[in-house]
Amino acid sequence: MTTLDLSDTDRAAYSGERGPVLQFAAQMVVRAGELMGARDLIDVSFVHVDACHYYGQAHVDFARFVVEGGGKMMVPSWTNTVPVSVEVPDMRPPEKTPEFIAGARELMGLYEQMGCRPVWTCAPYQLPGGPGLGEHIVGSESNAVTYYNSAVGARTNKYGDFLDVCCALLGRVPNAGLHLDDNRRGQILFRLADDVPEALRAQEMLAHVLGHHVGKTARSAIPVIDGLPASTTLDSQKAISAATAASGGVALFHAVGVTPEAPDLETALGSQDPARVETVDMDTLRTARDDLSTASPGPLDMVALGTPHFSFTEFARLVDLMKGQNVASGLIVYVSTSRHVRELAAQKGWVEELERAGVQIIVDTCTYFTPAVRGATGRVMTNSAKWAYYAPGMLPVEVCFGSLEDCVRSAVASEVKRDESLWQGRPT
Amino acid sequence: MIAVTVLHEGDAEGPLLVLDEPLSFWGGFDPQTGRVVDQHHPQAGALAGGTVLALPETRGSAGTPAGVAEAIRKGCGPVAIITAKKDVNLVAGVMTARQLYDICVPVVEVAQDELSKLTTGQTARLSGGNLTILP
Repeated sequence: MTTLDLSDTDRAAYSGERGPVLQFAAQMVVRAGELMGARDLIDVSFVHVDACHYYGQAHVDFARFVVEGGGKMMVPSWTNTVPVSVEVPDMRPPEKTPEFIAGARELMGLYEQMGCRPVWTCAPYQLPGGPGLGEHIVGSESNAVTYYNSAVGARTNKYGDFLDVCCALLGRVPNAGLHLDDNRRGQILFRLADDVPEALRAQEMLAHVLGHHVGKTARSAIPVIDGLPASTTLDSQKAISAATAASGGVALFHAVGVTPEAPDLETALGSQDPARVETVDMDTLRTARDDLSTASPGPLDMVALGTPHFSFTEFARLVDLMKGQNVASGLIVYVSTSRHVRELAAQKGWVEELERAGVQIIVDTCTYFTPAVRGATGRVMTNSAKWAYYAPGMLPVEVCFGSLEDCVRSAVASEVKRDESLWQGRPT
Repeated sequence: MIAVTVLHEGDAEGPLLVLDEPLSFWGGFDPQTGRVVDQHHPQAGALAGGTVLALPETRGSAGTPAGVAEAIRKGCGPVAIITAKKDVNLVAGVMTARQLYDICVPVVEVAQDELSKLTTGQTARLSGGNLTILP
């Protein structure tokens, strides 16, 4: 028996009255609740499922167990990226076996049978109809967890594979961690120093670099960032979410005057003093930026954009930057995105325009774990701190980090071109 | 005998493999071979198969429970796990393996300073909720 205070419905599932699938789901969610120190379970309104991302037969066996037992998601459940693209037949890991491809595709079908909405994206928050401020949800993929908590103000812990599905089958989560007000207060204050120019603060590139530094420093604490302009875009908040979750274990950050739970510093900190204050000056930022590049400048083999998935507004910027130019011959430029956003871009004529210019758009998956993608070797340029952090460990690549503008200039020139002027800092 | 909190019940015995840092079982570990593949990890290259795996906690990706369950399915996972945190991802992985394959891999929590005293190659025995290190 459990120490948690369960509802009658939870108890019926837990004791097996609602069948073996819900019994297992309830046992897993209750066990998680006991470990997290929860007193009870609460309803969730939305789930972003990661267990659809194939990693081996255990994933398929679990999904078969659920489907064969009649398991259905209790609440809207949207799917994360997968390691193969369903649409493009040659977009598959060449060193992987046919069993890998078959397994990954079977798994996708099983999650559709459970009633998931097949969006196959790591940026589900770019789609309409998702959760809003204050809603309790289940997030799993790390950037989405941080984005939902921080930029949306929805509430989730980072739920790992299988537990995410168990929560979705019950529509319940342990009432613990970031679901509770007291645990959402900022803990470490990061202050942008005066030598960081306003022009740089407004750059999306700064968000990636700052996120990388904040994640490394805060680890799994809740950082508060002070000094970003109120105009900081959702794309920049996506960048901070992805970077802090990759280099650290951040699941929630506050940006004063930007994110919904941080209208001012006092609110962000929950009227308490921060555990410590970190000053972020130009030296700190230059070090963080250098940390994101393993390659020296030189000829390029590939450009990777869209980690996390490229948004509609990023497409608008890319189209504008590419106007009248083409990707250098022989160079590969990938943009990873969701089907939904690609459709919006296609309606504007942007997909055709970019493809004519030599840009390749891929959906359902991402380029840092899909070595499928042709040419994922050698020197790669990216505008994503997350791609820069993970890819050198997962693919035979060296990476060079730059802004979207730098990436486009480099793609046209076929070699690394970076605008250094913004990184000089404010003249003193 | 070392004081433990049982996170997932069961008995097991095997040679210890002690990891000095947290590990991600998605990306940092190959469940098809049981090898630590994170090149930044101090125990990179170590094989977890058949060991009593001791680690501070898991880190990173949501994929960790799947990496744990897959390694157990393949027979190249640990026979028991000792950790210093109430690690939900480890427990989700072993609970799923138990349900699907009827293989029980117990998990216990110990204090970090107890974990630090463990040495790779010692034999660890988990029995009835008690952890004993054999010389």
